[in-house]
Amino acid sequence: MSRKVDITLTVNGQPHAHAADTRTTFADFLRDDLRLTGTHVGCEHGVCGACTVIVDGEAVRSCLMLAPQADGATVVTIEGLSEPDGSLGPLQRAFRKHHALQCGFCTPGILTTAHALLTQEPDASEERIREVLSGNICRCTGYVTIIQAILEAREGYRHAANASTAS
Amino acid sequence: MKLPDVDYIRPKTLKEALGLLSSHGDDAKLIAGGQSLMPMLAFRLLAPKILIDIGGLAELRGIDIKDTGVRLGARTTWHDIERHPSLKAAHPLLAAAIAHVAHYQIRNRGTAGGSLAHCDPVAEFPAIVLTCDAEVVVAGPDGERVLAASDFVLGPMTTALEADEIIVQISFPAWPKARRWGFEEFARRRGDFAMAAAAIFYDLDGDQCVVDPHVGVIGDADGARRLAEVEDLLRGQKMTPALVAEARTVTEQSIHPSEDIHAPAAYRRALMGVMVERALAASAGIDLSKAAA
Repeated sequence: MSRKVDITLTVNGQPHAHAADTRTTFADFLRDDLRLTGTHVGCEHGVCGACTVIVDGEAVRSCLMLAPQADGATVVTIEGLSEPDGSLGPLQRAFRKHHALQCGFCTPGILTTAHALLTQEPDASEERIREVLSGNICRCTGYVTIIQAILEAREGYRHAANASTAS
Repeated sequence: MKLPDVDYIRPKTLKEALGLLSSHGDDAKLIAGGQSLMPMLAFRLLAPKILIDIGGLAELRGIDIKDTGVRLGARTTWHDIERHPSLKAAHPLLAAAIAHVAHYQIRNRGTAGGSLAHCDPVAEFPAIVLTCDAEVVVAGPDGERVLAASDFVLGPMTTALEADEIIVQISFPAWPKARRWGFEEFARRRGDFAMAAAAIFYDLDGDQCVVDPHVGVIGDADGARRLAEVEDLLRGQKMTPALVAEARTVTEQSIHPSEDIHAPAAYRRALMGVMVERALAASAGIDLSKAAA
């Protein structure tokens, strides 16, 4: 039988203490319990990538994770990629500029994936970006504009990485 | 769809995990990365009463490289393997095969032990374990036992793992520096399961003849397996374009691929031949475009 277990986690810098149902995926927990509905649930079995969030610095499919498994984790969702005042972050601005979305359903998963990748690998090549995006299904754009947007945003991550090594 | 009704517990030690597994018996299922189990639950192919999460057991995670070989803790993730600074040199075939496992997000959570326990017939890791004669260390209520890969992998989704046992470690024999190898895979999309793949390696004697060839394939209806017919063909021979071409023909005759909406059996059989041919050519530095001319 499912039951509630108490978990604590940090989401987008905010600490949360919550009773999570043992049969609930982390995706549903974020949406239904924390009301962070920017994370989208597509296939619910790990194929589409729409539910991608960043857990302890790594992009993961939140539908392939149980809510109790997030106990103690530091999490970034799509809501955490915008600026503190709610305006678009650099990756999001690049997506708007390049029309890298149409219906937008897959976009949160692609943005979180790209953010995790460029944070870990600011020098990721176009080939590497294409390889990583194979885990996210977009049926509108054909990916070309998505790649363009990520390549443009990559410059910002490179500067940030260089600045942190210089200081 | 939503998961079946299930309880969850997260033990802190291997001993505690084994105790829980023994007391819950068939009602329990282990979860680590969950990248195979969660889809099974979502499809309602499984409905355990309780999930025992071994994701917190640090003792099961890690890569140990010694002169005697490479040992992978069961909870080692694909990204751990990909990012390890010296694994590629210590076991190039393992590193090359793991580069084809799943997508970025799944590679962050999916584990070697989980893939082996699940034993999907078209997954890379069980095929590499089989091809390389690895050993699987398994912990149970009465202590550990060590199984040869061929005794552990019994068929599609079927292993010798008992319901009260946990895979602890996978141990690959030492890899001589001069060993020749090749890995080729065809999938419809990068990171997807293989439609056909070949993992091969052998050593050369003083006369440049093949010693102890290992030819493993993914894509047979019976799951990953070695192709003894191709190994017999290669043994003691010099690796020439003609031998590579013959290996392709023997491969096509030896395997029994399944048929589904993605491809008919005849296509898969031809594809498998090409994978073996390309892997062998790569191992010997043979340029197939020139060999054909």
